[in-house]
Amino acid sequence: MSIYAFIVAGWLVLAGLAGVVRSRDLVHVVVCLSIAQAGTYVLLLGIGYQHGGTAPIFGPTTPTSAAVVDPVVQAMTLTDIVVSATITALLLAIVIQISKRHDTVDPDQLRALRG
Amino acid sequence: MSRTTRQIVFLVAAAGLGVLLVLAFRGLPGFGTTTHPYRDLAVAAALAHRAPNVISSVNFDQRAIDTLGEETILLGSVIGAAALLRPTREMRRASPPGGGHVLPATRLVGYFMLPLTLLVGTDVVVHGHLTPGGGFQGGVVLATGLHLQYVTADFEGLRRLRPLSWCEAAEASGATAFAAIGLAGIVVSGAFLANVVPLGHFGDLLSAGTVPLLNIAVGIEVACGVVVLLASYFRQALLLGPAETEKESSR
Repeated sequence: MSIYAFIVAGWLVLAGLAGVVRSRDLVHVVVCLSIAQAGTYVLLLGIGYQHGGTAPIFGPTTPTSAAVVDPVVQAMTLTDIVVSATITALLLAIVIQISKRHDTVDPDQLRALRG
Repeated sequence: MSRTTRQIVFLVAAAGLGVLLVLAFRGLPGFGTTTHPYRDLAVAAALAHRAPNVISSVNFDQRAIDTLGEETILLGSVIGAAALLRPTREMRRASPPGGGHVLPATRLVGYFMLPLTLLVGTDVVVHGHLTPGGGFQGGVVLATGLHLQYVTADFEGLRRLRPLSWCEAAEASGATAFAAIGLAGIVVSGAFLANVVPLGHFGDLLSAGTVPLLNIAVGIEVACGVVVLLASYFRQALLLGPAETEKESSR
């Protein structure tokens, strides 16, 4: 079936968002956000796929005439992964600070603003 | 907003988003077809610049300015995390925990794997324009490899292995080198990040113009950035006062 990749992509985004909404732990929120972002990788790679296409890296085993999948979306996926990693790092640092200041990482218990 | 209300609001919004996604996916070109106009253009442009790894060519040649932005995001995030995790006054300095008991077999694996991983990381960075890999991937391998020292030995060994002030300087130098290669493009051929070095022969180590140079710059920046980033977390986890550490670990 040719629509599986798109179903998986949409499912990952929605499942990740559901996890963010239902979460009881901020570290869990960060992980769920990464899962939602993973949906965009699947979508990008799905768009660039070609039946029978090989990796867009030419060499002795892949002549330049070979059918390859779309390298542009793969490069964008790489950018996407890097951005996702940096965001995860930054959010986890914020979670550590929240945990120190509020003594909790449950989003439902973070009500009052505190300086 | 209570949990129940929030979940009802989410379900309505998720259903709406789901419908929009289905509508959007229906407008996409079919899955797996042979029509990829960007692919055709990118492959032709990469081959014209003698870069066998088209993805690297897209990242470091055709869309190099985006990669400069991406690299800057990474730099910003490392600075942000380091600022958020900086030691505060109420935080007591504690001596890092000792090595504890490490199995001799684990140590042996460390001795073998540390140089091997560093070699693989360097290979992935340097051959980024020829084989799968590149500066980002290789940089992460290099930084991860260094931390094998922590896993298989102790924190003190890791500290000796990666002088943090050097890493901070090297990270900034990597980012600067990327911008400098871009500026060289302006000077030589009037366009930012234009190719300034000979293209070489297809498939050679020294080929594809500035792509390997930019890969190495990014590799240095990513490796050192990840080291600095993880060092901020290590400082929080290992160098806190004993009272703080107990509170942290009870969660």
